[in-house]
Amino acid sequence: MNATFRNWALDENPSSRRQAAWGNWYRIWLNLRGNALGMIGLTIIAIFIGIAIFAPLLATHDPAMQDLGNRLAAPSALHWFGTDELGRDIYSRLLYGGRVTLGMVIAVVVLVAPIGLAIGCIAGYFGGIVDTILMRITDIFLAFPRLVLALAFVAALKPGVESAILAIALTAWPPYARMARAETLTVRGSDFIAAYRLTGGSSWRIIFRHIMPLCVPTLIVRVTLDMSSIIITAASLGFLGMGAQPPSPEWGAMIATAKRFIFEQWWVAAIPGIAIFCVSLAFNFLGDALRDVLDPKGN
Amino acid sequence: MTIEIDNLRISFVGREVVKGVSFNVAKGASFGIVGESGSGKSTVLRAMAGLNNDWSGRIAFSGEDAPLFRPPAFFRKVQMVFQDPYGSLHPRQTIDRILSELPLVHGMDNIDDRIAKVLSAVALPQTARFRYPHQLSGGQRQRVAIARALIAEPEVLLLDEPTSALDVSVQAEILNLLADLRAERNLTYVMVSHNLSVITHLCTEVGVMIDGHMVEQVTAEDLRLGNVNHAHTRELRSLSVELEEPA
Amino acid sequence: MLVDIQNLKIGFKSRTGFHQAVKGVSLKLGTEKLGIVGESGSGKSLTARALMKLLPTQTVIEADKLEFDGIDIRSASEKQMRTIRGKRAGFILQDPKYSLNPVKTVGSQVAEAWRTHKGGSKRAALEAAINLLEMVKIRDPKKVAASYPHEVSGGMGQRVMIAMMLAPDPELLIADEPTSALDATVQAEILRLIEELVSERGMGLLLISHDLPLVSHFCDRVAVMYAGHVMEELKASDLLSAQHPYTRGLLNCMPSLMHPKERLPVLTRDPEWLK
Repeated sequence: MNATFRNWALDENPSSRRQAAWGNWYRIWLNLRGNALGMIGLTIIAIFIGIAIFAPLLATHDPAMQDLGNRLAAPSALHWFGTDELGRDIYSRLLYGGRVTLGMVIAVVVLVAPIGLAIGCIAGYFGGIVDTILMRITDIFLAFPRLVLALAFVAALKPGVESAILAIALTAWPPYARMARAETLTVRGSDFIAAYRLTGGSSWRIIFRHIMPLCVPTLIVRVTLDMSSIIITAASLGFLGMGAQPPSPEWGAMIATAKRFIFEQWWVAAIPGIAIFCVSLAFNFLGDALRDVLDPKGN
Repeated sequence: MTIEIDNLRISFVGREVVKGVSFNVAKGASFGIVGESGSGKSTVLRAMAGLNNDWSGRIAFSGEDAPLFRPPAFFRKVQMVFQDPYGSLHPRQTIDRILSELPLVHGMDNIDDRIAKVLSAVALPQTARFRYPHQLSGGQRQRVAIARALIAEPEVLLLDEPTSALDVSVQAEILNLLADLRAERNLTYVMVSHNLSVITHLCTEVGVMIDGHMVEQVTAEDLRLGNVNHAHTRELRSLSVELEEPA
Repeated sequence: MLVDIQNLKIGFKSRTGFHQAVKGVSLKLGTEKLGIVGESGSGKSLTARALMKLLPTQTVIEADKLEFDGIDIRSASEKQMRTIRGKRAGFILQDPKYSLNPVKTVGSQVAEAWRTHKGGSKRAALEAAINLLEMVKIRDPKKVAASYPHEVSGGMGQRVMIAMMLAPDPELLIADEPTSALDATVQAEILRLIEELVSERGMGLLLISHDLPLVSHFCDRVAVMYAGHVMEELKASDLLSAQHPYTRGLLNCMPSLMHPKERLPVLTRDPEWLK
């Protein structure tokens, strides 16, 4: 079954659209599998997402349950990663925190990437007054310090995870718009775009169907590189009380509250720190690999 | 479809690059525009296709003036083939996707059938259909570009140096294909090239451009015989005679 | 013998396997003009680049002999190669746009080329540069020397490149498609200029091109390459009586102004040729 699928998908002369598409995806997968760093990244991300999803099954304690008599305990058989300043089990909090942190990061990316992409491509393709207006708006958002803008936004809404997501999204899209615009400018004068204009299709059709897909690989790399800074911004908001609200566990907030004990009870801050580090690194590895793999010339 | 171009002027950011060009092409005829780089020959072609909106004068197909912004139906009648087969096909789309775009835009039926037919019309194997442009040779890509134009079932084909990026042996195949297609489908050609031999092979009448002006219109036969008036035409002709034959 | 190549083979290792691009080419060049003609992928440029050791390091180069003026290129060090490249052998590429530094004036770049090889003061070098520009028949050399690469036309840029290459009085000039980016009128002028300079100075010329009839006007001999092999080597004046079906096919399939053909003959490739 596996071998038949392989032969069918890798057929040099596919006979249907479906077969060609599967072949294309299968080749991308094979290439990704051949990329060691990319696979490491993918595995780490899969593990963390798995942990977040199955947190209730894997957790040994209730993440919100306090045990003030057992504050700041070192890792032991009972508390694998020790306990925090309120005696809560860090291992369980890490698992549940993954849900909040990864959820926030993914929500921000899902929100931001298409918006940045669309604005950049539209500005780049139409040029002229449209470009000027869209890019000046982008500049205004770029000019604000990220955290300050996010803070102001969250303060205007009610503090919480949803507001934090919106706030980070609001400050994160301008670089993507700039990047997509630059990419669009390099292709908009090309003959293949001219050929699509000669089909009589609308400008929107050309932008969304033919230009945007060309900008996606660069965008993916950029997004994966930004993952860590999104996590940090989320953490900063949490620390200032504008992000995830206690007792909800969130990796950034966990580090922030633990920094008082960083010299005596280092594990309290180090454990979520390691988690953020691993996820950021994994996203970077995966992003780099995806850029190579998504180029059809490489297949 | 007859083509009339009258006093066509085209500017790029204030600089006039085509300075009053006029010519007519009869239905089913093929007209060549020859000139050196910067003479404005490709600019004329792109304005005819509707890719440039900064022109004045008259461009008319079948006696009807073409509007500044062409309606979609226009592109069923007039299509274009570009110079560089490496740059004129979307690098991340299969040939199938590239060819099906125009039929999808125009809501044509039996798209699968049409693609199969147009591939065989340009003598490409059906197996090329789901491949990517980078998997094809330069000549095959140019065939795809011709197929993309043909799928609209156009009456006019605008050819912008269709063979100058190809090897001479491939050029011969493409020129033969273009000649056959014109005969089969009664197409009207307007072709731009810097190569006099290529132009006269395919076109019966030639306009010579220099510095935005069309300085002379002459039949291929007169060009061959040397019955030309303008100094630039004479220069191009003598270079062609001298250098395109072996020593 | 300026250049002596015997049984040159060039291959590339890739993820999918080994690709042999040049499969046993033998060429000899004295103080004469040799044209290497072939279609894309024939290996003509690779051959010239191998001679100057300009190929990427993962390229596999084998040859029974690969010599420039008696120096074995295969075992030559990078230091030795530097005394050959640009000094004893000049290399002219297709598009001058990419070979000239966009932020320096044309004159200073030619002067720099002259100074690297001849030394002397900056002022003397600039004078020499203007002389060189005059030698490549630039009408107003002072004005051109003061302009930047983007301000000169393609033909002018190519003349500047030639002037730079002439600075160290090389013995060999390798021109890889020097005119295929230029207009027909300029193309002829540049090729004539190259031919004259090479003849006057008693240099060797290796002219690489895809245009067989064109090359034959400016060379003594022509080597026709196809798929990594030399199909045929013959005197330029004998081209019309070429024997090899590939050479004949290449000549026949070109459209011609003076000899119109109803249909162009298509070149059929015979696998036998590659044996």
